[in-house]
Amino acid sequence: MHKAVETVSTVAIRFAGDSGDGMQVTGSQFTDTTGLAGNDLATFPDFPAEIRAPAGSLAGVSGFQIKFSSEAVFTPGDAPDVLVAMNPAALKVNLKDLKPGGLLILNSEAFNAKNFERAGYTKSPLEDGSLKGFKLFQADITGMTLKAVEELKLNNRAAVRCKNFFALGLVYWLYNREMHYTVTWIAEKFKDPTTREANLRALKAGYHFGETAELFDRNYEIKPAKIEPGNYRNIAGNEALSLGFLAAAELSGLSLFLGSYPITPASDILHELARYKNLGVRTFQAEDEIAAICSAIGAAYSGALALTTTSGPGLALKGEGMGLALMLELPLVIVDVQRAGPSTGMPTKTEQADLMQAMYGRNGEAPLPVIAAKSPGDCFYTAIEACRMAITHMIPVILLSDGFVANSAEPWRVPDMSKLPPIKVRFHTEQKDFAPYARDEHLARPWALPGTPGLEHRIGGIEKQHLTGNISYDAANHEFMCKLRAERVQKIADSLPPTEINGDASGELLVIGWGDSYGAIRAGVENVRAGGAKVGHVHLRWINPFPNDLGDIMKRYKRVLVPELNLGQLVKLIRARYLVDARSFPKIQGQPFKEQEIIAAIKQQLESN
Amino acid sequence: MTSLNIYPEFKHTDPATQTRKDFVTDQDVRWCPGCGDYSILAQVQRVMPTLGIPRENYVFVSGIGCSSRFPYYMETYGIHSIHGRAPAVATGIKAMRPDLSVWVITGDGDALSIGGNHFMHVLRRNVDLKLLLFNNQIYGLTKGQYSPTSPVGTKAKSTPMGSIDYPIDPVSLALGANATFVARSLDVHAGHLQRVLKRAADHKGTAFVEIYQNCNIFNDGAFDALTDKETKSDTVIEIEHGKPMRFGKNLEKGIALGEGMRPKIVDVASYGEDKLLVHDEQSEVCGLLVSRLQAPHFPTPIGVFHAVSRPSYDQLLVEQLDRAKTQKRTRVQDLLNDGQWTVK
Repeated sequence: MHKAVETVSTVAIRFAGDSGDGMQVTGSQFTDTTGLAGNDLATFPDFPAEIRAPAGSLAGVSGFQIKFSSEAVFTPGDAPDVLVAMNPAALKVNLKDLKPGGLLILNSEAFNAKNFERAGYTKSPLEDGSLKGFKLFQADITGMTLKAVEELKLNNRAAVRCKNFFALGLVYWLYNREMHYTVTWIAEKFKDPTTREANLRALKAGYHFGETAELFDRNYEIKPAKIEPGNYRNIAGNEALSLGFLAAAELSGLSLFLGSYPITPASDILHELARYKNLGVRTFQAEDEIAAICSAIGAAYSGALALTTTSGPGLALKGEGMGLALMLELPLVIVDVQRAGPSTGMPTKTEQADLMQAMYGRNGEAPLPVIAAKSPGDCFYTAIEACRMAITHMIPVILLSDGFVANSAEPWRVPDMSKLPPIKVRFHTEQKDFAPYARDEHLARPWALPGTPGLEHRIGGIEKQHLTGNISYDAANHEFMCKLRAERVQKIADSLPPTEINGDASGELLVIGWGDSYGAIRAGVENVRAGGAKVGHVHLRWINPFPNDLGDIMKRYKRVLVPELNLGQLVKLIRARYLVDARSFPKIQGQPFKEQEIIAAIKQQLESN
Repeated sequence: MTSLNIYPEFKHTDPATQTRKDFVTDQDVRWCPGCGDYSILAQVQRVMPTLGIPRENYVFVSGIGCSSRFPYYMETYGIHSIHGRAPAVATGIKAMRPDLSVWVITGDGDALSIGGNHFMHVLRRNVDLKLLLFNNQIYGLTKGQYSPTSPVGTKAKSTPMGSIDYPIDPVSLALGANATFVARSLDVHAGHLQRVLKRAADHKGTAFVEIYQNCNIFNDGAFDALTDKETKSDTVIEIEHGKPMRFGKNLEKGIALGEGMRPKIVDVASYGEDKLLVHDEQSEVCGLLVSRLQAPHFPTPIGVFHAVSRPSYDQLLVEQLDRAKTQKRTRVQDLLNDGQWTVK
């Protein structure tokens, strides 16, 4: 049967199933294949903290959304055009987001009385009219998967587990994707030949089902996006951070050391860097968050490019260590991949509510530089920038990422290492007039490694005399040193490039964001500008210090709006520093901003004139 | 990873020319007059020049407390870090720089209370560093609260009616954490302390030395029974590898094992020296058993409880790094290129 092919420009698909159903694998395979097909894309994996929540329960639903297009993509999409639901719980959790008229693909085998009950349906959603207004496709994904792998004599459980590849195959057909990337991936991933074969058969069976069954009368084509020529790959935030640190080590010549304690959603950085001992990387899984930062301090003292990685609760534990690093004036990068708090909060959900903790979460006057990554690919450059400043200024730098940036993926132009500027390191070796707290033009002290003859010296957390570093309780000296430490942070601003403005360079409204809201704000601002509004968008990379030109930029707009995934933290810093009437647009639901939310907030500002 | 070699190389000073004076700083020592720390500092400064290590390769790392002021008085590299965390800082140093001789100075509160976690983990990892615990059974710097090694009933500022929690024995704890070198000495026992420090310095791996130290302000006389000329031969037993365990003025008393592996004090002459417990520092069981000899029923053992060879954390780390170097893909660009496609 020959089916029609319809060309569309943009599609958002959400795969949803039980946390053990392999939805994240399905999503990331579709992502890689779609990147290879030349589309622009953005993804949003959204999964529970439980490794295996009770089967069929609402708490156990794991989702993966991808938006891909022949146009530029800034966000994973507000509402999906397609929902693949592997069971009733997945349907119940996700149906509210599906676009009216959207495609709904259900694994019919799982839609039985037992699963309805587990999902809290008193009546079958197939019969209660709730699916009206969607294009419903029911396919016995489980049954057909079992049939496809029948000959391999797998036990039932193992056979059922292949169903995510059936679903993937079906969606590959639906969107005209090639299967070869996943075929190769399966061949490499599964060591057991029977499992490998079973997954391959399930994948192909899904594809062929789409092609031959009379369920679908057409499939869709999304033309490649117009992308600047070059080499591209897909990248997720944590992966990009890891690569960024490796790059910073290579650019500086320093050996990389990571002291870390496992915590969601930061652990992937530890896993990733642990793989690169061949690049001289030392990773130390410490006994706790405190030991993690303290080991990194010891490594920095010894000449490493030292890192510690964590999430909010871990940053709280590192507070005293950060204070020590600040007093020792050693280069160190502290990564906080933020998650929803407070306390344990919602570990797998995203949030930007650690900003104040990063700014102020230490005893005494303890300012530290704070830098934030705005997208998965940006993590790479943010990591390098954090390292560069830490080394140049002999200062600990806090790098903020978050669960959304960490786990979502986008196509990314592969950087050319030879084009990135080297990071200059100066170890102090001169004995004459050596003073541990002497200052260079950046107000940085000398980095004198243990083992250097004649430079034996002691450093510590006690207040120290200017230049000599000797213990000092002198009143005037303490005030001088506190001011000096603040000035050291401020010095970073002098080497920042002019702040980039997206959209209008002056006008009615300036939207200031930081971190993971970049895509939603960018898309939202473009949208309202298309309607004629004069709106600009500044996305701050450095929050401490603010760029020197930020105050002047704000003056060029009538109003300032600050959307954040918290109850208004950056907005407080901006109001306090610049005395401008910046307005907050807070959201704190464990979910990233949607484009429509930003648009509505901007319009509200524009209309309230 | 890189063709850049930015790490400086040095012509090291000749350790043979070093004397005790080379390890004394210009800083005023600020311990209370009469503090046991003075003696420990003096013994450490005497041992340092004998170890054949250039002065610049020593790093002293401490936490918080009276003992933790120690690095300021050593003319070496040093970090005075935060409360309880010195083992973690030192682990980072040693992981990066196995060439350095790293010494952690800590106290009973620092190592066993706030830093108990790091204490346990540095020992099990066997990081090649020396860990000296000055045990005065009291909090000195915070001015006189009981510590995790204070005996039950200790009346201190925070326990006016006497402490009610049972103390930790650091030696038993260290052995329980799979330490490879565990010893005990006394601040005023200069010769013994120097010998123990020398053995600790020569040990490859974490060398733990508990040093009983008198706090003459808040807990004066805590170890008098062990240091008093009249009593010490009965209250202290010097243990030595391969030697039967004897003590007393004329070594007339010995330790033997009774029923149920219970140690007992025997009269050597009547019991027979050949039936005494012979100390074996390579036996974990022996070390643990001897560590359980505690006052008031038994003399307090000093010396090396346990010393065995096990690869150190830093050594194993370097081995993994060396092995990994034989792999291909040593440029970051190779990793960046992973899974890339070309848009024309």
